[in-house]
Amino acid sequence: MKIEAKNKSSSKIPTASIADIVFLLLIFFMSVTVFKQYQGLRVELPAAKATKKIERKRMITHIWIDAQNHINIDDMMVNLEQVTPILKKKILENPATIVSIRADARSKYGVVARLLEKLKDANALRVNFATLSKG
Amino acid sequence: MALKIQKKQHYKKEAEIPTSSLADIVFLLLIFFLVTTSMNPDKGLGITLPPPGEQARISKEKVLSIYINAEGKVLIGEEIVPLDQLKDKIKAKLKEKKNNLVKKGVRNPDPIVSLITDVEARYSAMVDVLDKIKLAFEELKKEDPKFKEILSLATPVF
Repeated sequence: MKIEAKNKSSSKIPTASIADIVFLLLIFFMSVTVFKQYQGLRVELPAAKATKKIERKRMITHIWIDAQNHINIDDMMVNLEQVTPILKKKILENPATIVSIRADARSKYGVVARLLEKLKDANALRVNFATLSKG
Repeated sequence: MALKIQKKQHYKKEAEIPTSSLADIVFLLLIFFLVTTSMNPDKGLGITLPPPGEQARISKEKVLSIYINAEGKVLIGEEIVPLDQLKDKIKAKLKEKKNNLVKKGVRNPDPIVSLITDVEARYSAMVDVLDKIKLAFEELKKEDPKFKEILSLATPVF
């Protein structure tokens, strides 16, 4: 009889600390999550071996360029002339803004080059060409 | 007396907050955040543009010009270089330029890569070459930590 009682007490899994663990996980995910704000355009990004992660996720402004050379900032279809004022406003809010250009691999470089000129005019000098990692 | 005791006990019971369901609520929140978090970070090739209006004069011997024509062919100087040899070629040229500049005693002897792309070229052709330039610089930096990465995307005239 004595032996049986001993066995019973050892077969329990302590669950009291589960809540704490879950809390910790919750806090981690809450702090890490950055909600996707914009849908963007459907693009096929080019691949590159030297691809690097952008560390400051909250400072990124995305600009999409699709294969038909449409430009889209924050889910607004814009033409080239509108790029500078929009970016100027963003730079004023946060001077460390990083512009991530998500251009389709099939788009023309001329559109990207013109966009870069407009970014320069807006003083948005930190630019990132979005790519997929390869290899 | 009996009434008093009853009241006291009653109060004690009410002052407790039920915490047994807390874990369930937290679990629910956790699952929500797990689902909404996108773990694919923003990635890409970073560059820094020169400030507007700045046109510094650079001596020709510092610059390594790389051209991409409308068909996506890559030229260094006068010769066409296939993509798989590009990285080593750029590395060799940069090293050579740096050595020459150091020998001549030029101030800031860091070579500059200038990437000149035809406006009719595909964007992916430019990214491919930019990738190779970045890789070349990375390898050079590994050999010599003081090697500076200076890259300029030349503006075509519209």
